[in-house]
Amino acid sequence: MQQAFATSDAFVVMPEIMLALGAMAFLMLGVFRRDDSTSLITWLSVLLLIAAGALVLFGGAGRETAFDNSFVTDDFSRFMKTLTLIGSAVTIVMSVHFMRAERIERFEYPILVLLATLGMLMMISANDMISLYMGLELQSLALYVVAALNRDSVRSTEAGLKYFVLGALSSGMLLYGCSLVYGFTGATGFEQIAAAATKEQVNLGLIFGLVFIIAGLAFKVSAVPFHMWTPDVYEGAPTPVTAFFAAAPKVAAMAMFIRAMTAAFPNVTPDWQQIVVFISIASMVLGAFAAIGQTNIKRLMAYSSIGHMGFALVGLAAGSQEGVKGVVIYLSIYLVMTLGTFACILAMRRKNGTVETIADLSGLARNNPMMAFVLAMLMFSLAGIPPLAGFFAKFYVFLAAIQAGLYILAVIGVLASVVGAYYYVRIVKVMYFDEPAEAFEPMPGEVKLVLGLSGAFVILFFVYPAPLVSAAGIAASALF
Amino acid sequence: MTGWPILSVVTFLPILGALFIFAIRGDDEIALRNTRFVAMWTTIITFILSLLIWINFDAGTAEFQFVEKTEWLGGAINYHMGVDGISMLFVILTTFLMPACILASWRVEDRVKEYMIAFLVLETLMIGVFCALDLVLFYLFFEGGLIPMFLIIGVWGGKRRVYASFKFFLYTLLGSVLMLLAIMAMYWDAGTTDIPTLLAHRFPVGWQNWLFLAFLASFAVKLPMWPVHTWLPDAHVEAPTAGSVVLAAILLKMGGYGFLRFSLPMFPVATDTFTPLIFAMSIIAIIYTSLVALAQEDMKKLIAYSSVAHMGFVTMGIFALNVQGIQGGIFQMLSHGIVSAALFLCVGVVYDRMHTREIAAYGGLVNRMPIYAFTFLVFTLANVGLPGTSGFVGEFLTLVGAFKINTWVAFLATTGVILSAAYALYLYRRVIYGVLEKDSLKAIKDMSPREIAVLAPLVVLTILFGFYPAPLLDVMAASVDNLIADYKAALAAFEAAKVATAL
Repeated sequence: MQQAFATSDAFVVMPEIMLALGAMAFLMLGVFRRDDSTSLITWLSVLLLIAAGALVLFGGAGRETAFDNSFVTDDFSRFMKTLTLIGSAVTIVMSVHFMRAERIERFEYPILVLLATLGMLMMISANDMISLYMGLELQSLALYVVAALNRDSVRSTEAGLKYFVLGALSSGMLLYGCSLVYGFTGATGFEQIAAAATKEQVNLGLIFGLVFIIAGLAFKVSAVPFHMWTPDVYEGAPTPVTAFFAAAPKVAAMAMFIRAMTAAFPNVTPDWQQIVVFISIASMVLGAFAAIGQTNIKRLMAYSSIGHMGFALVGLAAGSQEGVKGVVIYLSIYLVMTLGTFACILAMRRKNGTVETIADLSGLARNNPMMAFVLAMLMFSLAGIPPLAGFFAKFYVFLAAIQAGLYILAVIGVLASVVGAYYYVRIVKVMYFDEPAEAFEPMPGEVKLVLGLSGAFVILFFVYPAPLVSAAGIAASALF
Repeated sequence: MTGWPILSVVTFLPILGALFIFAIRGDDEIALRNTRFVAMWTTIITFILSLLIWINFDAGTAEFQFVEKTEWLGGAINYHMGVDGISMLFVILTTFLMPACILASWRVEDRVKEYMIAFLVLETLMIGVFCALDLVLFYLFFEGGLIPMFLIIGVWGGKRRVYASFKFFLYTLLGSVLMLLAIMAMYWDAGTTDIPTLLAHRFPVGWQNWLFLAFLASFAVKLPMWPVHTWLPDAHVEAPTAGSVVLAAILLKMGGYGFLRFSLPMFPVATDTFTPLIFAMSIIAIIYTSLVALAQEDMKKLIAYSSVAHMGFVTMGIFALNVQGIQGGIFQMLSHGIVSAALFLCVGVVYDRMHTREIAAYGGLVNRMPIYAFTFLVFTLANVGLPGTSGFVGEFLTLVGAFKINTWVAFLATTGVILSAAYALYLYRRVIYGVLEKDSLKAIKDMSPREIAVLAPLVVLTILFGFYPAPLLDVMAASVDNLIADYKAALAAFEAAKVATAL
């Protein structure tokens, strides 16, 4: 038995330790300070996330493991953690004004986001079924609570409850799968599982466990057929929380999905590949068709995110380094587009409160040409029209699928993207072709900043795409 | 050779103009005036610069010229620009028509800034399509054009603009995504998306049919070929005048250009296999859409259908795969670029006055608008393909090319020439001749100096190239010869390989 806690391990998990201690300290601060400390804690949390990001980026290099190989940091984890931290920090920044205006400003919110982020970082680095589950549950518990943050609203509490019940179910499936895998391989560490589950020794029990694990993971990335919670939770939760759900946890869950498949089951790739192909096709198609009928923009974004997870899974389905690179690029671009779109949704506010239907955007191009322009570009980008960033995201995942010979998947995928283009373009139509409705309240500065940055990224990405593409290549090579 | 990146400058100069317009503040009359002038001068300067490409162009070689290459996406996907005898003329056509479009849009009062920006961005994307020497870069420009065109039809279009813009957008996108997958497959087979390298690459014969069909899906929609042409009449009718001009004159040509640049040289075996199919589709397009054009009540719709018929000649010529056919196809595209643009501008002239495109609403215009009657006559006859107009040269060459391959195809296509005379002259008679008896037309004014300035260069070019097509044909000769030689060599190599395996 190794020493339980080595100092060298502590250095590897430094960003996580920092987040954990910070979250606890801020909680104390919030409880014991007399006057309202929300704004202070909010900005401290953002700073903490930035500091953690710096530590992730500059804290080490190469592959390092800790805690008896159950926790690993490598180029892949560094890349994904940076994305996750950006996602969390930006959503906290965006939510400040909204929470105040809706009178649901509470200091617990940033702290819960910090704890969820901590869980996400652990998910990304998990190299063992047990650490994976720990990270996942830490994240999920925090998310259940933030979904119900607006506790006086029936819809919000309903969203939290629904998320909790279904989330618990999926955790159960995941655990069941883990226990089956443990039973048939005798290990929980990814490397040991990989060593035990070779091509020659595949048995039905292991495959059974694998299917349950995938089901649990698919729930977390909201892939069809485990997507049912997504539209209701997205619609019910307060908008900044929805923005948070759509961004960082998706990135982290997908990273965890990738690592679990490529590190623990590399020798049974064809077995999980066919499942991933199926859920990918189902998600793309359902995301495209179900979004057409939506009138609520948050619900529409829920279906959109289901579809996008389907596209990201195309890369994983390829099961190759090229495919993982595609997913990494996809998630980076998806994160920016999602944050930008939610910045717009947060800005949909009139004198008597927020509005959430697509019809409320009508004629925005006359009232607020800049916001309409950026949102239109984001929509075209989400639809994957070149030269915007979203095109490159799709380009790289499909490139990997073609390389892997998954032609049917690729053809269905691009056709689904055409169907999906219809509802994105419909939003552009509402903004540009329809008669103006009442104007929105002016956008708060920090939301404007987020919107501007993501708009600039989406439009100008094609000018100099090389850095992201090569960084994603390095991240993907860490797994193979 | 010039030392500076002239293609990039010509391509991205319109974007610069768009940024200038973006920076103009205010909505008063002066700001709008500035907007219009910035747009016009940008397009004029772009045109003048693009002439430098023609002046410095070496017509003696089939190599790509003015080549620029920079790292872009990493791997084997680079920013690679260059033109040869086939693409160069389309660049000039684009830059030449844009000032006319801007000038024709002088009366647009609604959201002028956005309108001009959309057109300038569209110009960049269109020039880029013809200059790109990398497949991914080509796709980027090719598809990017959808965004501004969608907005142009949807924001400034007619009554059914929403329907038309969605149909245009989704139809074209559906065709193109399959091409994207083909591009990816080509990338993995050849290890690059560099067009000059791919031109020399021999794709596996088993793949060629699929790749050809994927490209066909995109180009057939864009061109458009029967039976996927149905988006075109809607888009044309609803688009504002300048939008129709760009659509007919340039965007459609991307399809024909795509066949010449990709389908023929890269998939020669598949081209050989599918030539009968293309011929059949071309003939149906020529005869069927001409008949449909005869029955139209809307001027723009009539011209739109006539465009489909004329594009039938283009595909027929290109797939005849001899010098006359391909040169004729390219010439027909250039000529149609000028003539159809002019016809849409002519419709725009009366539409601006009467706000209707119904043929029945007009009649006897010659009495009040003699200059207009003359201009319209020139373009009507060019559309028919009367000798002495540029329309004749293209149609004649494509027919000669087709005749060498298959006399029946040529025969059936010739009936299309007769039908085109029928619908074009029938349109002309109903609009221009007769007695001016409608009260609404009694006060109609002839063309303004601005409108004459827009249309006069087009009249001159139509007649000039009708009598003296050599400048255009000489430029493309070397590239076309090279294209055919490569095609024949690839096909011969394939036949030899087949014989070898059979033994």
